Amino acid sequence: MIGYLVRRMWQMALTLFLILTVTFLLVQAQPGDYASFYVLNPDLPSDVKEQIRATFGIDRPLWQQYLIHMRNTFTGNFGVSFGHFPRPVMEVLLERLPRTLVLFVTATGASFYIGFLLGKAIAWRRGGLLEYAATISGTTLFTVFTPAFALMMIWVFAFRLGWFPVGKFLDPLVWRGSDVTANSVFSLMLITALAFAVFAFWVLFALKRSGNVGMRRFALPIILVGALVVPLAWALSGIGPLALDILKHMVLPIVTLTLISFAGTMLLTRNSMLETIREDYVMAARAKGLPEKQVRDRHAARNALLPVTTSLIYSLIFAIDGSVIVESVFSWPGTGLTLLEAVRTEDMPLVMGAIVFIGLFSLLAHLIVDVLYVYLDPRIRYQ
Amino acid sequence: MTTPPTISPAMPGASPEPPEVAPVQGRFRLAQARIRLALRSFKNGWSIFLESRIGLLSLLTITVFALMAVSHPILMATVWDPEIYDPVTGYAFDSTEQPAPPSWKHPLGTDPLGRDVLSQLLSSTGSEFILGITAALVTVAIATTVGAVAAYYGGLIDAFFMRLADLIIALPGISLLIVLSALFDLNLFYLALIIGVLGGFGGTAIILKSQALSIKVKPYIEAARVAGGGHFHIIFVHIVPNLLPISLLYMMFTVTSAIFAEAVLSFLGLLDLRMSWGIMIHTANVGGYLLGGTRYWWLVVPAGASITLLCSAFYLAGRALDEVVNPRLRRRDELS
Repeated sequence: MIGYLVRRMWQMALTLFLILTVTFLLVQAQPGDYASFYVLNPDLPSDVKEQIRATFGIDRPLWQQYLIHMRNTFTGNFGVSFGHFPRPVMEVLLERLPRTLVLFVTATGASFYIGFLLGKAIAWRRGGLLEYAATISGTTLFTVFTPAFALMMIWVFAFRLGWFPVGKFLDPLVWRGSDVTANSVFSLMLITALAFAVFAFWVLFALKRSGNVGMRRFALPIILVGALVVPLAWALSGIGPLALDILKHMVLPIVTLTLISFAGTMLLTRNSMLETIREDYVMAARAKGLPEKQVRDRHAARNALLPVTTSLIYSLIFAIDGSVIVESVFSWPGTGLTLLEAVRTEDMPLVMGAIVFIGLFSLLAHLIVDVLYVYLDPRIRYQ
Repeated sequence: MTTPPTISPAMPGASPEPPEVAPVQGRFRLAQARIRLALRSFKNGWSIFLESRIGLLSLLTITVFALMAVSHPILMATVWDPEIYDPVTGYAFDSTEQPAPPSWKHPLGTDPLGRDVLSQLLSSTGSEFILGITAALVTVAIATTVGAVAAYYGGLIDAFFMRLADLIIALPGISLLIVLSALFDLNLFYLALIIGVLGGFGGTAIILKSQALSIKVKPYIEAARVAGGGHFHIIFVHIVPNLLPISLLYMMFTVTSAIFAEAVLSFLGLLDLRMSWGIMIHTANVGGYLLGGTRYWWLVVPAGASITLLCSAFYLAGRALDEVVNPRLRRRDELS
C-alpha cells in the first residue's frame, strides 16, 4: 500500500508537471505577454516593476522563463493578482479554497449517498412508478441547464419564500461591529464539523467492533448528545450568530449542487444493481430465507457499490465543474468564482493560480477515490 | 444503429460459395447477405429500443428539435421579415416597450433588445445540432481509432494513450474551457473541436479500448490475420466496424456534454457566438430580468427548457441505446 501510494505520488507529480507545462505553453501561445501588463502599467512604482521583472524573468529567453515559471509554481509564487492588486495570488486562493472545499465535499457526499439509496431502490423494484419518476426527475436535474436551475432555486427559496439569503457568503449587517474575520469563524466551523464527523465515526466503529451486540444501540444516543452539545457550545461562544449567518448562506448552494449531481450516481447504481441481482450469491441469500431488505442492502447493494465507486471520479469532476457554475450564480466567493472573475478581468496570474489549484484538487480527489476502493473491495491489493 | 456486430461473423459464413459463380456475382451475394443481416439486426435492436418508452420519447424530442432547426431558414425566407425577425439584428418596431410579452406577431415575445425570442430560439437550434454533432463525430473518430489501436498493439502505445486518458478524465472540463476562453477567442467550431478532442482522448477512448480488447480475441480476427491481413486492414476493416455500435452510444453522451458546455460558457459570456440558447439567458441575466421571476418568463423559460430538453433527450436516447448494445442490462425475461 505504501509503495503504491509513493508510486501514485510520482504519477501525480508528473501529471502536475504536464499540466504546468501546458498552461505555460498556452500562455505563451497567446499574443502579448501578460507579465508585461505589470511592467507597462504607469500606476506601479518603479521598484515594484523591477521586482516583478525579476520574479517572472521577462526579457529572458523562453526556456529560462519556463524554468522560472516552474520554480515559481512549486514555491507557491504565482505572482501578484491584477484584480486584488497588492495581494499575492496565493493568498487570494488560500483564502477562498476552504469555501469551495466545503461546498464541494458536502454536496458530493450528500449526492453520492442519496444517489446510492435511490438507485438501489429503483433497481430492486424495476418498472415501478418510482423508477419512472426517479429516472425522469433525476435525468432532468442532471441535464438541466445548471445556471437557470440555480437561479430558479434562488427565486423560489430566497426571493419568494425568503427562507435563505439570495447569495454571497455573509450578511454585512450581522457582521458589523464584530472584531473577528469571516475566515477565522469559518475555519472554526470547519474544524468543529470535522471533529464531530470523526467522533461520530469513531463511536459507530468502536461500538461495532466491541463485539457486544447490546452496545450498538448506544451509538445513536451518544451521537445525538454530541449533536446537541456542538450547537450549544457555539451559541455560548459569542460568535454563534455569525456562524449561523454563514450557515444560512451555505444551505442553498449545497442543496442546488446536490440536486444536480445525484442522478449520475443513481443511474449507475441502478445499472450496477441490475447486474449483481442476477448473481448466484443473491439467489443463495434469498434461498436461505433472508429478509428482502437484508438481501438488497447486504448482499446485492454492497457488491453493486464497487463499480459505482470507480465512477465516483466522474461525479467528482462533475461536481468541480458544477461548483464553478453554482458559485458564480450564488456569488459564493470560492475558487470557482475566483477563476471566473479572473477570466473576465483578464487577471492572468490569478487564472493560472486557480487552474493549478483546481487541477491539484482533482488529482487529489482521484487519489482518494483509488484508496477508498481498496478499502471497499478486499479483493484488490495494490502493490 | 449503424453496422451491428452480427455482420462480421457473416463473412466466414458467406465463404462456401458455389465454385461456378462468377466473382462479381459472389460479391453481390455477399453484399446482399450483409444487408439482410444488418436489416434483421437493426429490426431486432429497434424493437428493443422501442420497448423503453423513455427512449422513444427522447427520439421524438430530438426529431421535434431537428424540425425546429430546419424550420428557421424556411420561415425567414417566407413569412418573417428579416428587418424584424433577424435573431441578432432584428427589431420589433411594432411594440412600444421591450421586452414585450408574447403576442400573435411574436409568439414568445421579444428580448430586452427588441429581438424576437422564437426566431432566436429556432436559429440557435441549428447551431446546437451542428456543435453537438461535430463534437460527437470528432470524439468518435478519435476514440474509436485510439481504442482500436491501443487494444491491438498493446504495450507502450496502450500505456501512453491510457495514461493520457486518465489525465484528461482528471481535468474538470468546464473549468478548462473557461481558462481557454480567457486565452483564445472560442467560436462554435473551435469549441466543438476542443470538446471533441477532450472527449475522444478521454473517457470514451478507455471504454472503446476495453470493448476492442474483447473483439481482438475473436476468431475472425485470427482468421483475418491467417488470411494475410495487415495491421491496418485488421484494425480498420475488422475491429473498428464492430466498435461502431458502442461508439454511437458515446456519441449521444458527447452531444449532451457539448451542448451543455456551450450553454454554460455562453451564459457566462465567454464565447464568441452570434446567437445561442446560453446567450439568450445571458442577455436576460445581464439586463437583470432573471430575478423578476415569472414576470419575464419568456426570456428564460424557452431557452432554459430547450437546453434541458435537448440535453436530456440525447442522454436518455443514449441510455435506451445502451440497453440495445449492452445485453447485460436487459431484463431477465427478455434474455431467455
